[in-house]
Amino acid sequence: MKEIVVISGKGGTGKTSVTASFAVLGNTNLVVADCDVDAADMHVFLDPDYRDQHDFYSGELARIDPETCIRCGKCAEVCRFDAIDIIKESYHVKELDCEGCGYCARVCPVNAISNIENHVGYWYLSRIRTGAGMIHARMNVGAENSGKLVARVKQEAAKLAEATNKNYVLVDGSPGIGCPVISSLSGASYAVLVTEPTLSGLHDLERVYSVVERFRIPAGCIINKADLNIRNRDKILEFLKEKNIGLLAELPYDLRITEAMVRGKSMVEEPAIESGKLLEKSWKKIIEILNEKGKEIK
Amino acid sequence: MKISIASGKGGTGKTTLASNLAVYLSEYRNVVLADLDVEEPNSGLFIAGNKIYEETFNTMIPEWQRNTCTLCNRCREVCNFNAITRIADEILVFPQLCHSCYACSELCPVGALPMKAKRTGLIRHFSRKSLDFIEGILDIGEEQAVPLIEGAIHYIDEHFSADILRIYDAPPGTSCPMIEAVKDADYIILVTEPTPVGLYDLELAVDTVRELRKDFGVVLNRDGIGNGDVEVYCRKEHIPLIARIPQQRRIAERYAEGKLLYQNFPEVRNALEDIIRTLGIASATANTEKGRQ
Repeated sequence: MKEIVVISGKGGTGKTSVTASFAVLGNTNLVVADCDVDAADMHVFLDPDYRDQHDFYSGELARIDPETCIRCGKCAEVCRFDAIDIIKESYHVKELDCEGCGYCARVCPVNAISNIENHVGYWYLSRIRTGAGMIHARMNVGAENSGKLVARVKQEAAKLAEATNKNYVLVDGSPGIGCPVISSLSGASYAVLVTEPTLSGLHDLERVYSVVERFRIPAGCIINKADLNIRNRDKILEFLKEKNIGLLAELPYDLRITEAMVRGKSMVEEPAIESGKLLEKSWKKIIEILNEKGKEIK
Repeated sequence: MKISIASGKGGTGKTTLASNLAVYLSEYRNVVLADLDVEEPNSGLFIAGNKIYEETFNTMIPEWQRNTCTLCNRCREVCNFNAITRIADEILVFPQLCHSCYACSELCPVGALPMKAKRTGLIRHFSRKSLDFIEGILDIGEEQAVPLIEGAIHYIDEHFSADILRIYDAPPGTSCPMIEAVKDADYIILVTEPTPVGLYDLELAVDTVRELRKDFGVVLNRDGIGNGDVEVYCRKEHIPLIARIPQQRRIAERYAEGKLLYQNFPEVRNALEDIIRTLGIASATANTEKGRQ
């Protein structure tokens, strides 16, 4: 089982549109994992049925029992996150600030503080309109630990792929370079970098690729809106060459891709959109690379 | 006044709006712009200025002292993040998992885990006329953005008086880094685009800022593409749609070059004016409602 992770560093470069296209091209031979859990948008293209919902708990939150509390202030003293609020002599935990380290509970002299499991969201197992399985998630408002939820989504997707004999897990990663991205990349077989020829796009590509490089994951790049700025596009090509990253496709600036999204369609389902055909070739290339690699390892 | 510019979805135009608004306002008043999208900070690409200060940002991580340790295992028991493990007679600390809560360090009976500073990023300060620009940059491989965001805000609070207007360019999403960048704001601008994904992510962002009980409004970027669902949603939810920036290839092209937009596009300048007008009203109502200041 191989894992293909699509990331972008910068948001809004077309990462999810590309991933949804690959999901359609891969048909039922893959499991989709939407790991952009902060802004999980694959459902817009893929129409999941949310057949199984699961609670996701991660970490703990402190809770103070007002009956037992003697208002000594020890908890607030040791809390490094300023998460204990004293309102009218009564002590409360600010849930958004509490990191769940449990330090307060350990120093409370009367055991008034307990740690409760922190419900951070849900993950779902769905069937999407192509017939493939998808694991996706929704975080509660202001929830923490999105990196752990990403790890869970990936784990469940891998399990589903094993159980149903699928060759690939296709992961839509999140923007940035921090914990959710690192979590998305760990264990990946191939990274697809989606960028655009803007200064921000180039800057973020360089940063996110440094993370990919640390994991030693082979990567290919898709330049979206490639004709928007030729100079920046050339700079991206130079960067790819220097880092030995394959160029998978250059997609032209095309508002019809957005129009297709409004209809819930990916670009590969719209015969008039040239980018769809380019992505078909990219998908074939990725599968080829993964299979060649497999042979080498054997 | 503190204004945070946020969005659920990435790439909707937060940085474009933050940098244009800050530079435009700095034509006639003092402004501090902070790039709090520390994972991928880009505001600096649009802001020319002299770097006047740079400091490394550190988080505090326990460092094991072999000679003092009695291998009592207390540190492992108290760490809720599994950041401390023991292999034979060695205690190992995993800095990426550590949340700097100090529990292990302070509860160690023999003081064998003193907290030491570990670099996780940079804070830089640029200045140009009446605009001060602060950015936080997370080091590659570091996972935790929140302490650095907090650090950048702290830097601003220490160096500028409370009455100077602050504009925060927040990270995308709705989880902890985004919350950190908006939780102290007097007003939050949510930037979105009129597409199904724009709408879905806007709804998540709205849930989040409502939970925080914040005053907020929506700016519709790339107006003209997609459909009218975002507008219908805003009307139904009584969310003020405070400005629109039209979809134009020429705007996208100028953005691609890393240039500001308002000098060349009257549509963008008008949107900025609309926002400024709303902020005047918003700040007044926000202050009376919450009885602040």
